Amino acid sequence: MITRRLFCSALAAAGLLAATASQAQERFITVSSTTSTEQSGLFGHLLPAFEKASGIKVRVVALGTGQALDMARRGDADVVFVHDKVAEEKFIAEGFGVKRQEVMYNDFVVIGPKADPAKAAGKDILEGLRRIEAAKAPFVSRGDKSGTHAAELRYWKAAGVDLAAKKGAWYRDTGSGMGPALNTAASMNAYILADRGTWLSFKNRGDLGIVVEGDTKLFNQYGVILVNPAKHAHVKQADGQKFIDWIVSPEGQKAIAEYKIGGEQLFFPNAGR
Amino acid sequence: MHEFNEPFVTAWQLVAAADARLAGIVGLSLRVSLVATLIACIVGMPIGALLAVGRFPGRRVLIVLFNGLMGLPPVVVGLLVYLLLSRAGPLGQFGLLFSPSAMVIAQAVLVTPIVAALTRQVIADEWTEYREQLRSLGASRSRAAATLLWDGRFSLSTAALAGFGRAIAEVGAVMIVGGNIDGVTRVMTTTIALETSKGDLPLALALGFILIAVVLAINAVAYALRGWAERRWG
Repeated sequence: MITRRLFCSALAAAGLLAATASQAQERFITVSSTTSTEQSGLFGHLLPAFEKASGIKVRVVALGTGQALDMARRGDADVVFVHDKVAEEKFIAEGFGVKRQEVMYNDFVVIGPKADPAKAAGKDILEGLRRIEAAKAPFVSRGDKSGTHAAELRYWKAAGVDLAAKKGAWYRDTGSGMGPALNTAASMNAYILADRGTWLSFKNRGDLGIVVEGDTKLFNQYGVILVNPAKHAHVKQADGQKFIDWIVSPEGQKAIAEYKIGGEQLFFPNAGR
Repeated sequence: MHEFNEPFVTAWQLVAAADARLAGIVGLSLRVSLVATLIACIVGMPIGALLAVGRFPGRRVLIVLFNGLMGLPPVVVGLLVYLLLSRAGPLGQFGLLFSPSAMVIAQAVLVTPIVAALTRQVIADEWTEYREQLRSLGASRSRAAATLLWDGRFSLSTAALAGFGRAIAEVGAVMIVGGNIDGVTRVMTTTIALETSKGDLPLALALGFILIAVVLAINAVAYALRGWAERRWG
């Protein structure tokens, strides 16, 4: 009696679940990407154009680069679109990705208080970081294994600042995405390394402005990778490849170049160059 | 004062414009959380009733367990369900990750202990009151549990509403298993988190007000329905 009732309940529950599932039978691929491409609005601009050209919907899950690659390692994405060359090449070497293709770049900028108490302003990223450390001015770090976090750590190292030894109350490891980290920096009036795209579309700026920009070292390359069907048989190889082919095609590259906020171009296409 | 006025104005403009995307997001929020609550009631209410009237070894442990699980952290539930549904996980072949179904599963897991624990409390109180009566009628314990569930149906609506409130308000679990995909798994709470990330705090807060208004409306409807049903059948 009880078992029969429990069985009926379980059936009802399963039926309800199926009812919510049945609606999504469209043609789509899943792309794991970074918060910078999603939150800057680039995908909102690009994907409708691709959908129109191909009839394929793109579902974007926006995470930090490290997390996005891990998601693909587990087989939960068809294509990865991220910005950490070292981590991407490791991903390929492990056999999870088929091939890495460069798509576009933007650049990092150091954001900081307009008054610039550390006198870090200028074109030289390494000198800027040294001055921030010397002044013990508050600095917010992503601390989330994202592409931006990896880049930040590389710059500190190149600047000769041993973070492990020098880390103090001035260095705030927030473990959060680009937007939340910028919110924290804005409320603490701190310095922070950010990608230009997210900064341009970011609204809660407080007293912050761009302090360091224009150093060639601040170049931030994005790559696109098809997840290896040999590792995960369910990867939508054909449709995923179509997306990659489109985004590196003249048409896709033109769409990237056309995306602007307040008249300023955010991403610079450089596929196949 | 400007900072606190702007969200109200924005919220009003969003509602007045009857924005189709916003309607889609609100609709998905409601659908996911209502189905999750329904599943949680179907599973949790019988469990709660049996815990109240049953006598079996481990009953007290289970009661403490369900009471404790009311405080399940959504982000942990999200992570567990993510690992289960991930392609590399045991249920990976169904391809449910990043779908509304995955969000329903996560929220149902989160809400079931709340419904079960609150149901147990309601039924336990009734059990003390009607125990002798039910016994003298020769009702078995499972029969008694079913009778009390039916008898306490109006009080139990509060358990369901508490569960629904938890489901529609949480962001940790749906963010992880849904992925906040635009047009597919983006719900109210993940939209609010996203707009906060973009630094658009007035818009985030405006969406928050709309969410609160929706939850209040649902509760008002439930309250009115309960009053009407009690008069009709009570």
